[in-house]
Amino acid sequence: MTSLPQQTDKKLGLVIDLDICVGCHACVVSCKEWNTGGYGAALSDQDPYGDHVSGSWLNRVHSYEAGEGANARVVHFPKSCLHCDDAPCVTVCPTGASYKRSEDGIVLVNEDRCIGCGLCAWACPYGAREMDVAEGVMKKCTLCVDRIYNDNIPEEDRVPACVRSCPANARHFGDLADPGSEVSLMVLARGGFDLMPEQGTKPVNKYLPPRERPAEPSSCGKRSASERESTADATGFFRWLDQALERMG
Amino acid sequence: MHPAFSVIAFTSLSGMGYGLAVVLGVGLLNGASLGGQIGYVIALLLISAGLASSTFHLGHPERAVLALTQWRSSWLSREGVLAIITFLPLGLAALGSLFFAADWQPAGWLAAAGALATVYCTAMIYASLKTVQQWASGLTVAVYLLFGLAGGLLLASGLAAMDAAMVPADESWRGLLPLALVALLGGWVAKALWWRRAGQEHSASTIESATGLGHLGKVRLLERPHIEENYLTREMGFRVARKHAVKLRRMALLFGLVLPMVALLIALFIPDGFAAVLLLHAALSHLLGVLIERWLFFAEARHTVMLYYGDERA
Ligand code: SF4
Ligand code: SF4
Ligand code: SF4
Repeated sequence: MTSLPQQTDKKLGLVIDLDICVGCHACVVSCKEWNTGGYGAALSDQDPYGDHVSGSWLNRVHSYEAGEGANARVVHFPKSCLHCDDAPCVTVCPTGASYKRSEDGIVLVNEDRCIGCGLCAWACPYGAREMDVAEGVMKKCTLCVDRIYNDNIPEEDRVPACVRSCPANARHFGDLADPGSEVSLMVLARGGFDLMPEQGTKPVNKYLPPRERPAEPSSCGKRSASERESTADATGFFRWLDQALERMG
Repeated sequence: MHPAFSVIAFTSLSGMGYGLAVVLGVGLLNGASLGGQIGYVIALLLISAGLASSTFHLGHPERAVLALTQWRSSWLSREGVLAIITFLPLGLAALGSLFFAADWQPAGWLAAAGALATVYCTAMIYASLKTVQQWASGLTVAVYLLFGLAGGLLLASGLAAMDAAMVPADESWRGLLPLALVALLGGWVAKALWWRRAGQEHSASTIESATGLGHLGKVRLLERPHIEENYLTREMGFRVARKHAVKLRRMALLFGLVLPMVALLIALFIPDGFAAVLLLHAALSHLLGVLIERWLFFAEARHTVMLYYGDERA
């Protein structure tokens, strides 16, 4: 049924910390690794060893530069489905393949009903849905629904693969409907935000902004070459070495 | 957006077919005449060819029947349901016309209503997508409806002229010409407004709102997720047409508006037989113009996904 639930009991989702992400793509790879053998059809690659390799991925990391000059900064930006409350990808689906679960808010595709029309990918503003070219069905992030409720794996693994694998701990999983949950507190403390709020999709996933940085030293770029090369502030062994080499002429 | 030929062919062909079904259904072209009979055959062929081609781009066409289930929320599903429902009265009216040489008005009126509703749903599939600012407008609906009607009226006037050529002294068919002219001009006025809006209005979404990094300053893409193209960039990042947009728009206007309009004006003054030949060619020219216009409709459209791939606005 592609009508959206009035409300969901939980809002399971991810909180992604743009301050911490180092852009290593570990979550990208582990997401593909887990999901190509998990829920639904495998995630195919086309021309995998050729010149124009391409394939379906449920999570991708973009990298941006924001700001100007010395204050510009690089921000690595992981993006997967945001499990929107008002998911336009669900309501456009003609077959009922796309749906949002009323119990936890996860947005899924029932691949046995999907006709591969691609309309849901057009309706998603974020590019979170990709057609699998080999299978002819729509693929998207499942929030690792086959991990988070899975009694057959150790408890510490019952989180999404991308969350589990992130070496920097930039991805967090939890219930965003519960104001006391760790993820909700994080969003509150750090000013977590929605992507493209103007699209009216009400995403569940939140992003934490890069933290404020100390301003660059005001002298930066204004010192002369000899000032910048000065060794006057060296201490200990290096001070001794500096002076010894100096004495050698 | 990637202009899939199957979708362009579907919307153009079935649009014209449904337009003709409306003209026949409301009795502007006499279903009992030879022209009316040919009209029903052409309408059914155009609609069926369009619907068949629309299934070509599906990953699993064998499950297409499931697409009839979600009419409560999905315009694509509504379109499918209405297309099938419309076949009933349309088929009945065609039956009356072809085998009983009769104009079964109630069936015709139902078919006309169904035809309009189906085209409306087709247009709403696009007009309801907030992700593509150029499409999300009532003008999209107006263009789809008026182009369908104009195509149908052009075909119908050609067929009516053919009938008249065989029954001299009946000149009532010429009443169709001003109607066709009005639909034609109306369609292109709507399209001109559509083009103007597409050039002026941009989506509220920008690369800054897409990334939420605007507070740091101007945002630029440093690296794509992967070096090669992917489904998203192929499907939503089509760029070829924008380069040639002006040239293609001129071609669409020439074939879709200028030639048919000249033909309609000339047809007012020439004998029925010549007018029939001229108008049927005008209908073909109009179809060609609409095909080019439809191609641009997709190819020029910008999707918000491309903001993540470096577009500054959508
Ligand atoms: S991010 Fe896209 S695919 Fe995911 S729920 Fe929102 S609209 Fe649908
Ligand atoms: S591609 Fe599949 S899931 Fe998406 S709208 Fe079409 S049928 Fe529904
Ligand atoms: S939650 Fe699972 S499916 Fe979704 S991006 Fe993370 S690893 Fe991929």
